[in-house]
Amino acid sequence: MATVTTAIKAEARDLNFFYSNGARALKGISMPLYENKITALIGPSGCGKSTFLRCFNRMHDLYPGNKYQGEIVMHPDNTNVLDSGVDPIEVRMRISMVFQKPNPFPKSIYENVAYGLRVRGENNKRIMDDKVEEALKGAALWNEVKDRLHDLAFNLSGGQQQRLCIARALATDPEIMLFDEPTSALDPIATANIEELMVELRSKLTILVVTHNMQQAARVSDYTAYMYLGELIEYDDTDKIFTNPGRKETEDYITGKFG
Amino acid sequence: MQLPAQLTISPRLAKNIRRNVKERIIELILMMAALVAVATTFAIVGVLLYESLSFFKTVSVIDFFTDTQWTPLFEDAHYGIMPLVSGTLTTSAIALAVAVPIGTISAIFLSEFASHKTREIVKPILELLVGVPTVVFGYFALFFVTPLLQSIYPSLPSFNMLGAGIVMGVMIIPYIASMSEDAMRAVPMSMREGSYAMGATRFQTAIKVVTPAAISGIVAAYILAVSRAVGETMVVAIAAGQQPNLTFNPLDSAATITAYIVQVAMGDLPHGSIGYQSIFAAGLVLMAMTLSFNIFGHWVRKKYRESY
Ligand SMILES: Nc1ncnc2c1ncn2[C@@H]1O[C@H](COP(=O)(O)OP(=O)(O)O)[C@@H](O)[C@H]1O
Ligand SMILES: [Mg+2]
Repeated sequence: MATVTTAIKAEARDLNFFYSNGARALKGISMPLYENKITALIGPSGCGKSTFLRCFNRMHDLYPGNKYQGEIVMHPDNTNVLDSGVDPIEVRMRISMVFQKPNPFPKSIYENVAYGLRVRGENNKRIMDDKVEEALKGAALWNEVKDRLHDLAFNLSGGQQQRLCIARALATDPEIMLFDEPTSALDPIATANIEELMVELRSKLTILVVTHNMQQAARVSDYTAYMYLGELIEYDDTDKIFTNPGRKETEDYITGKFG
Repeated sequence: MQLPAQLTISPRLAKNIRRNVKERIIELILMMAALVAVATTFAIVGVLLYESLSFFKTVSVIDFFTDTQWTPLFEDAHYGIMPLVSGTLTTSAIALAVAVPIGTISAIFLSEFASHKTREIVKPILELLVGVPTVVFGYFALFFVTPLLQSIYPSLPSFNMLGAGIVMGVMIIPYIASMSEDAMRAVPMSMREGSYAMGATRFQTAIKVVTPAAISGIVAAYILAVSRAVGETMVVAIAAGQQPNLTFNPLDSAATITAYIVQVAMGDLPHGSIGYQSIFAAGLVLMAMTLSFNIFGHWVRKKYRESY
């Protein structure tokens, strides 16, 4: 089985999360992310998928009063990204994120992709040009935009904007990429493009993707985790989860008896 | 058997008609309220044009724009508007030089850095500043700021454009700060999250993402501030002087268009006299200036939109 040959890139260890209103949104979650694999998070709306995903890049730090408990350890350096001594900015430099709704910046296509590099202090035009081109190619957007790199990003279609956001996240060579329902705002063709892209990216980095679309999880992921009410109900190979789930709750969700 | 059916329909119909009539009446009242504003504007423009027309029967348009003196009430009358325009532009420019940086930085601080509590305290104070009567600002300029400036430039006259401009700038800071802050707070959180997720700091997010996203609102705030500054009367009338003076030197004393208008309007000039008509000609120029600033603002706003 794949688990034998691949290394663990990151793992959550007994992770609990509390929103500022005191609500406990994650309950003792432990699971690995295998390197160069796609791990999908599925479960009914409100079960804590986004909450879990956003722990990885410390997005919850942006809002006062949120509290993490437990660890998310990155390998091979064994950094606990949730440790209060670890700078969230350092974490975000290693783990990038693509959001549910495309959220390009009010800048040109070029500057959107260059943003992460500029933030990191890169100013060399040649390096920047190369990186932008490479990232846009990596996000399968280069051919569509190469003649209008200095147009405003808002002029792109929704699917193109989402690929631009992927290029933006790619440009800084992250180790892990988080996707929070990246296709829920897109049409079927754009969705297929993004899915294909995720599968391609797998060779370069480790992916964690939240999806409410079970076919999508089955199509793209290597591992699947089923969450319910803040708990991890089952985690296994995607094939196993979709053909022979170990838990009754998972089976009910997958077969549509519930959710 | 037909009668009850009719009876059940007609009250409903009556109610419908009543409601329709009520709707129409409300609509009419609302439209009239809107019309009052529009009609007033047109009336003002009409009066300005009409009186100015009489003015320009006596004074040539060329003289009006090229003569370097404005002395309509003197024996040796000159009708060159430029001294008033230079006073207006200089004081407004000083005010903007003060208010734009401070107002914008305050807005960035309030919107992106201040805690909820700080914002709740600072914003009302800023808005309180708007409520201070402009006369108070005028005397503040004359009796506080100018003496302070005189300790730096001993030769500074008691009436000068620098002091008036600075105080006018302080006066319009709240407009810029408050409107820019509103524009920045309207930037969706998802945009900020996108920036933070790229590893940006709070400062980078504020400067590189939130400010450009809010730029059209911020520029709108600047436009409003320019209009305020150009149209501001009391501060300049009190602290900048009342002598029309063709100069752009902030250390000089000079009169603005508005200062001239109040000065003359407070005296009792006979209707139809050239002095009386000169107010309207000056007012027309003032209106043209604010209008062109607005048009310029729209143009800048559009240009910014395309290039960020
Ligand atoms: N900012 C917040 N404050 C308090 N509770 C929240 C907040 N965001 C989400 N929640 C709650 O946490 C739970 C998990 O939400 P979320 O992670 O968004 O679910 P999912 O992504 O699986 O749909 C839900 O019950 C939701 O109501
Ligand atoms: Mg979600």
